[in-house]
Amino acid sequence: MSTGANAALNKLRKKIFNRTVLRGTVSVCLCLALWELGRAFKLPLLEAMPAPSEIFGVIWKLVVDPKFWANWGASYQRVLVGFLAAQVVGIPLGLAMATSKAFYDISFSAFEIVRPIPPLAWVPISIIFWPTTESSIAFVIFLGAFFTVVINVLGGARNIDARFTRAAISLGSRPSDVFFKIVLPATLPSIFTGMAVGMGITWEVVVAAEMIAGKSGLGYLTWSSYVGGNYPQIVVGMMSIGIAGYLSSYAIRLLGRVCMPWLRIF
Amino acid sequence: MAEATNAPRRAEVTVEGLTKRYGYHPFWHEVLADCSFTLRDGELTVLIGPSGCGKSTLINLLAGYDKPDQGRILLNGAPVAGPGSDRLVVFQETALFPWMTTYGNVAYGPRVARNVPKERVDERVQALLEKVGLQDFKAKYPSQLSGGMQRRGELARMMINDPAVTILDEPFRGLDAMTRELMQEYFVTILEERSQTVLFVTSEIDEAIFLADRLLIMSNRPGAILKEMEIKLPRPRNKDMLQTEEYLGYKREALEVLHAEAIKAFAGGSKSAQDFLEAFHKEHVEQA
Repeated sequence: MSTGANAALNKLRKKIFNRTVLRGTVSVCLCLALWELGRAFKLPLLEAMPAPSEIFGVIWKLVVDPKFWANWGASYQRVLVGFLAAQVVGIPLGLAMATSKAFYDISFSAFEIVRPIPPLAWVPISIIFWPTTESSIAFVIFLGAFFTVVINVLGGARNIDARFTRAAISLGSRPSDVFFKIVLPATLPSIFTGMAVGMGITWEVVVAAEMIAGKSGLGYLTWSSYVGGNYPQIVVGMMSIGIAGYLSSYAIRLLGRVCMPWLRIF
Repeated sequence: MAEATNAPRRAEVTVEGLTKRYGYHPFWHEVLADCSFTLRDGELTVLIGPSGCGKSTLINLLAGYDKPDQGRILLNGAPVAGPGSDRLVVFQETALFPWMTTYGNVAYGPRVARNVPKERVDERVQALLEKVGLQDFKAKYPSQLSGGMQRRGELARMMINDPAVTILDEPFRGLDAMTRELMQEYFVTILEERSQTVLFVTSEIDEAIFLADRLLIMSNRPGAILKEMEIKLPRPRNKDMLQTEEYLGYKREALEVLHAEAIKAFAGGSKSAQDFLEAFHKEHVEQA
């Protein structure tokens, strides 16, 4: 029992203290040092940037401030609502377009005309259309993820190897079996690719939308720090957005590993 | 369907004047031209032809995935309309579903048939996995299996459905020479035991004669049957038979037809025909 625990501990130690991690740490520290020195010696470009030491000072003040975390919560909530709505509407739509030629013929042209419009171009019309600012921001976020999701699902479901569907039919499948046991699992990798890309776009959109119309959130925090002249806080806002985006992508990768065990074997 | 009845089933497939073209008139491509043959009940028929001769098209028509432009396919006298679980195709390389474990793949047929109780399915899957030697790999996914294991998994998935007609489309393609030989011996044992109607498609002459009750030789595009040969090697077959005079006689006879066909294709500028001719001369000129 204890030897097993020891072995596990050793494994963990190797995972944390190895050359790759060391190099990464050195690289990050070196960047921070250069940045700090650049500010101290008033190098061009770095001159206007708040130095890491100033930023760390602001971070300590912010992490104990519940208002800072409220901004995290606000952005996350918007992302989650818009993102989930995009999945709920986008995945079935993509699958329907891939499996029914009639539906594809009817919907694809309209879809392709609307798709190139950048999500932010929708901001004015959605502010007019939706009753609250909050709902209009959610709608713009939804659009950001929606098109990517549909295109990925459609592409994935259309490119299924015909041998799989044919084998399934020969083995006695009904159409519903082909859909749920073949088309759906075969499309899952594309669905998750769509989710990962869509999540990235979602964070881009939420920040921009909060800068334009928000009263809270990480985008709002960053923009209001600029307006208020608190420059170190701008950087903290930016870093928060980066970390929040990373955590979201990580969650999707984790979910993907759970849902697609057959891709997890290497 | 998935549950085999004990009553002997007859399964005879008649192919009459099958023609298939792709593209539009005057530019169309005739892939099959007036192709006719019979798969006799309980026989292992092997179809051999140069690559690109329309074998895969023929399989798609037999399975019902595609429709012929002319001619018809009869199963026990009734025309074939679309795919059905009475005809099962084992595809090139492997078509095991990557998202299902070996167990899930083998159990797929009876599960979608929904007429077999769960315990009975489990019993049959376990028995078949043991038969093909995959009982220790039932929880693995196809990508974790070796090429030979994948083929055996396919075989188990086919046997559990017990189709009246089995169509094997170059099942050993992509295997290395050693595994390929092992799989040939393995398949011949299983197929002899089952004695159902089987069409085995290949482009390898040794494999063809080793497995066949009857050999069909297909012409170059447009594909049609050039020659039918009864292979009367005794069963059960083993690899020692590849040395017998009887076997070599069959091989010579088949190669002559294939050779003449390759010359025609070569004149038409086919690369694969050139390969074949080079190999043919190497073997026969050196032997002489």
